Amino acid sequence: MARQRKHPLVFWVSALPPSLWLFGFFLAPLAIVWVLSFGEKRGLIDVEITWTLANYVRALDPLYLGVVAKSLWISGVTTVLCLMIGLPVALGIVFAPGRWKPILLFLVILPFWTNLLIRTYALIAVLRTRGYVNFTLEWGADTLGLPFEPLALLYNNAAVVIGLVYVHLPFMVLPLYAALDRMDKLLIEAALDLGASQLRAFVTIVVPLAVPGIISGVILVFIPALGSYLIPDLLGGTDSQMIANVIERQFKRANDWPFGAALSFLLMYLTFGALAIRSVLAKGDGGLEAK
Amino acid sequence: MPLFPNGRLSRRRFLAGTGAVAAGISILPRQGWAAEGAKLNFYNWDTYIGETTLEDFKAASGVDVKMDLFADNDELFAKLKEGNPGYDVIVPSNDFVERMIKANMLMPLDHKMIPNKANLQSAFLDAAFDPGRKFSMPYMWGTIGIGYRISKTDGVPDSWKWLLDSDRYKGKCALLSETTSVLGIVFKYMGHGLNASDPKIIKAAEELLIRQKPNIKLFAPDNGQDLLLSGEVDLTMEWNGDILQVMEEDNDLSYVVPKEGSVVWQDTLAIASGAPHPENAHKFIDFLLGAEVGAGVAKVIQYATPNAAAKALMPDSYSKNPAIYPSDETLAACEALVYQGSDVVRLYNDAWTRIQSA
Repeated sequence: MARQRKHPLVFWVSALPPSLWLFGFFLAPLAIVWVLSFGEKRGLIDVEITWTLANYVRALDPLYLGVVAKSLWISGVTTVLCLMIGLPVALGIVFAPGRWKPILLFLVILPFWTNLLIRTYALIAVLRTRGYVNFTLEWGADTLGLPFEPLALLYNNAAVVIGLVYVHLPFMVLPLYAALDRMDKLLIEAALDLGASQLRAFVTIVVPLAVPGIISGVILVFIPALGSYLIPDLLGGTDSQMIANVIERQFKRANDWPFGAALSFLLMYLTFGALAIRSVLAKGDGGLEAK
Repeated sequence: MPLFPNGRLSRRRFLAGTGAVAAGISILPRQGWAAEGAKLNFYNWDTYIGETTLEDFKAASGVDVKMDLFADNDELFAKLKEGNPGYDVIVPSNDFVERMIKANMLMPLDHKMIPNKANLQSAFLDAAFDPGRKFSMPYMWGTIGIGYRISKTDGVPDSWKWLLDSDRYKGKCALLSETTSVLGIVFKYMGHGLNASDPKIIKAAEELLIRQKPNIKLFAPDNGQDLLLSGEVDLTMEWNGDILQVMEEDNDLSYVVPKEGSVVWQDTLAIASGAPHPENAHKFIDFLLGAEVGAGVAKVIQYATPNAAAKALMPDSYSKNPAIYPSDETLAACEALVYQGSDVVRLYNDAWTRIQSA
């Protein structure tokens, strides 16, 4: 920073491309959608910006708030499950022998190399009635001579949560790993030496040290899960609609861009809310350290 | 068992990304051409043309056809909504022809330049969505019906009752997720017209679907044929061409248009407003309506052709196939979707959101 302050030109030249990028591909399109959300449809293709609030009033209808509540619930469950699975996985990687760490981290990142759509279709092949899970169970039941009825694993809310956890787990594991890897392992040893049980050491030493990683992981999982569209569409059943599916329908089939824009911003305000909570939590954290 | 439900792309389920890329790399000329070059820009569905049709047209007329692909009518409409990026011939479906006429997005056709119009079956010479066929020529047509697994159903499920109002196949049936078509079919089942707009009828249809939801496995985003093929469901509401594709792979599958009637759709050839090559576009439409060319297309895409001369050239396995050509009686009970204005569209979509979140 000091060097940059001495050379303002260096600072401005290096800040320009990302600023242009941010403006051109994020803020400007967002502003267009924001303006559109105050518009009224005029015929089939025209939208007149009348600065009406009607779209927002409609978006606050219990029908849409219900869909939002459902989305919050699904993404909340996803986040908790990711945390419950991600914490042991991250700990496992932290305590793995040094030469194994890069390989284990690589395995966490590996799914990113495959397109989301393809991974989701692969999950369909795993979960469906004549899929790999049911084949395995059937084989097991046959071996034991038990009757077998295929489980309905696909096309319900559970399938949506499984899909979301599967896709978002790396976003939880990586920040947790980053936080835990910096932890001084002697602290755990000291706790154990001083008579704490394994569980006690985990709860009172490891978890508090992992809090920054937990907050980042929760944000990185919760926000994308809240706006997910493809997974409920492909894996969900008759009541798995999430808010992004409603938004997509406004832009396409219903041809009602102003209302779709208002719903998008409703979702965005929720996201801002989540980020605000994060910054409050982060401040609280900093306060603790200052003591 | 294949890893992926169905490797082949159906006409309506083309990965939209590819289409977007194809359209993206074609920055087409916008200005009018003083003398039209020997070029034509064709915007079509995926797998919706004969194997050699475009080369044959080049040989016959010297015009180079550049074809881009779209995934659904909404994409076509959205792409042309902000002004024509340079397409000449496009292939909208009936209710979208109507929308596009209302929005001045189509160019009137000069029927004198389309003598092959004479090949068309007389029923297709006029259309409710385009009176006098001023803007569109029929290309292909088809129905929505029930695709089913013969060994798992009691007889032919020739009523919508099995999908909409019965627990006989609880958990083993799927509906489409396409708002207008599904609601329209519910209206038909309840004894109303396909294009009902009375809020009371829409409400009744909503209640019927909410009541039926526990028996339905899912509203399939246009993959009903895969669900049927993989045994996930035994009955599904689908477009006939999609079911025909999987019937080729599995003899235990069949297709029926229920007796209450259904949606009959029609894809058309039209010229977009602002088309850079209107003369070539007329020539191309006329070429596609030729007997042998039409038969060549029908042979590949297996939808029903409205072209009587082309149908006459096709084998019985096509022209007498009830999954392609339903009986006159069944067809008489079918209707086409009509665009009803944004207020009714909004009623439909609100009802649909309530059904999905009930």
